[in-house]
Amino acid sequence: MTDLIAQRTAAPISELDRGRSAAPGEPGRPGRGPRAGRRRGPAQSAWWALLFIGPTAAGLLAFYIWPTIRTFILSFTESGPFGGSEFVGLDNYVRLIEDPELLGALRNTALYTVIALVGIPIAVAVAALLNTAGLRGRSVYRTLYFIPVVTMPAAIALVWRMIYNGDYGVLNEMLSVFGIDGRSWLTDPSTALVAIAVVGIWAGLGTNIVIFLAGLQGIPDTVMEAADLDGAGPVRKFFSITIPLLSPSIFFVSVISVIGALQVFDLVYMMLGRSNPAMPNTRTIVYLFYEAGFSDNERGYAAAIAFLLLIIILVLTVVQFRLQKKWVHYE
Amino acid sequence: MRHVPKSRIMVSLAVSATALVALAGCSGASGSEGADGDATLTYAIWDQNQQPAMEKIAAAFTEEHPNVEVEIQLTPYKEYFTKLQTAVSGGAAADVFWMNGPNFQLYAGNGVLAPLDGDGIDPADYPEGLIDLYSYEGELYGAPKDFDTVALWYNTALFDAAGVEYPSADWTWDDLKSAAAKLSDPAAGVYGIAASQYGQENFYNSIAQAGGEVISADGTTTGYDSPEALAGIELWTDLIADGSSPTAQQMTDTNPEDFFLSGKLGMFQNGSWAAIAYADNPDIAETVNVAPLPAGATGNQSVIHGVANVANAKSEHLELAKEFAEFASSKAAADIQAATGTVIPAFNGTQQAWVDALPQYDLQVYIDALDTAVPYPVSKNTAAWTSIESEVLSQVWSGGVSAKDGLAQLAEQMQAALDAEAE
Repeated sequence: MTDLIAQRTAAPISELDRGRSAAPGEPGRPGRGPRAGRRRGPAQSAWWALLFIGPTAAGLLAFYIWPTIRTFILSFTESGPFGGSEFVGLDNYVRLIEDPELLGALRNTALYTVIALVGIPIAVAVAALLNTAGLRGRSVYRTLYFIPVVTMPAAIALVWRMIYNGDYGVLNEMLSVFGIDGRSWLTDPSTALVAIAVVGIWAGLGTNIVIFLAGLQGIPDTVMEAADLDGAGPVRKFFSITIPLLSPSIFFVSVISVIGALQVFDLVYMMLGRSNPAMPNTRTIVYLFYEAGFSDNERGYAAAIAFLLLIIILVLTVVQFRLQKKWVHYE
Repeated sequence: MRHVPKSRIMVSLAVSATALVALAGCSGASGSEGADGDATLTYAIWDQNQQPAMEKIAAAFTEEHPNVEVEIQLTPYKEYFTKLQTAVSGGAAADVFWMNGPNFQLYAGNGVLAPLDGDGIDPADYPEGLIDLYSYEGELYGAPKDFDTVALWYNTALFDAAGVEYPSADWTWDDLKSAAAKLSDPAAGVYGIAASQYGQENFYNSIAQAGGEVISADGTTTGYDSPEALAGIELWTDLIADGSSPTAQQMTDTNPEDFFLSGKLGMFQNGSWAAIAYADNPDIAETVNVAPLPAGATGNQSVIHGVANVANAKSEHLELAKEFAEFASSKAAADIQAATGTVIPAFNGTQQAWVDALPQYDLQVYIDALDTAVPYPVSKNTAAWTSIESEVLSQVWSGGVSAKDGLAQLAEQMQAALDAEAE
């Protein structure tokens, strides 16, 4: 999950930078594109476009679009244990809607997503602090926050399992210093999902901080100076200038975070496992998909689950794009 | 920045669907034949500890058949059956491979395995429970390679400290419970026994000991709706309830065996595979020993399970594959395995070498358990109901539902799964 996020963010950062450098007052950018286009002529530039898009398009077609089509077809079939499949129409979808575990999985996934979004304000706050003028050892802090992003998810899961251990965990050890009785965080149905979401937030914090730092550094000093002259304090500046000017980054991070959270699987798989008593309260949609596709070997049914998730993500993302008009400020 | 690149996000949506790519499967080369009749057989196994013994067996086969080479393919158990199923679907499975009880009927029933109908194997040479396990509709498909039964391991140091007598062959459930209670010392984090939610090590045995069964002998009817099965389950949940065992939560957090390995557990039921691991563990090697299981209402039965060598019905060298499957379970191969002390060979009469390999433990109890051993519960699609079993019982173990209600629910769901198999 984390590496997917890392891949996605590479481009948006450059996107942000480009946007910033085109801030009013900087010459060059307007007209550069059109002028170049006129010189080469439309036919020639189409060829160039194809050349640049080609490799990516081929990869997308082979590894994303074609499997998606196959999955869609698969979701209307029922396959035998050793290959061979028959067309069953909408049976898989009907069964999915009637599956009592689906409702639980939807609820757990939604709850996880809501908790995971708490990571955004945390990342904004940390990024703002890291961006403070005159902060010493800034690169050390940045490295520390980014380490979880480049750590193997399996290692993260293993270490956090030990931290959360009810008998020997560091967390309970620390709580006992304050006289608080700990518990088995990962097996207690009331805490397991939150415990996992905390790890998810922690693991994804570094990426979000980097995106917000890029955004923060694009905020022109002149605006801040003007605010100073007007007598705004640091808090007022943060909420009236930083947040609005950072809103495009916040929007991007929230879209990516929601998609990532809806697809959470690795932490549930590695930190809990199937016979965990808290499983009914932590089973996510992708975990349901995994059980169907890989444990129970019902590929058609698993494909139907994958498609349901795709539709949910699609709808939520479209809603987010609609809502952005109300709160995202583009310069 | 005018807008977030919409197309990029839309594309990333597709990620959720593409997890299925992995289902599409992979393929690999199967055995190949050279011009002068040379052949290479592939042999898939899952236990790295046994790889040296399997290599010796393969070399012994090559000695008898100089033209034939056997190439061993090791896949960790966790992925073994997922990979095997995909390989079989794609026609790329090994010529000979290990098979276990829960998966056997699925493979035999779908024509994946070749019947071992030649003269190379005599069922009388193997424990009856294993021949039954690997027969499907009256035909033998698997050559029993090894077997495991279950016995009661105990920590002598904790027994001595608590002044409790060591477990003996005439122990009953009551003896087990009272010893477990005496051994428990919550302040020191010491427990009498680990009542973990394990089938083969724990409740499959106790259900048989109470006179019940997990599944009917023909694999069509659940046995969880009987009072005997309830007694077999409550043996364990009661041990948790009275504090003689760590709770289900504790045993999910910490592997139950780790309690035993760190000297925090008086007793631990485990299969014969554990012997070599304990002997190699300097922390407990000197302080543990093993006794027969305690007896319930009808005796002290242990379930018996074992791995078998099976031949791929689609193998390019079918006759050779069948011959190797039988050879790898023959007396010669069993002797090679027994000397390593890893697993108990299935071939009758070769087990003594395994017992003698670790004379410090009473390993004979594992061999004696054969007399009353009950078959490991399987059906045509075992995985379909064991996933229900582990899920429902996790709620019983954690106290979320009572054993009575949980078993009623389990029996109903399991029967539905079994009825679906029969269609």
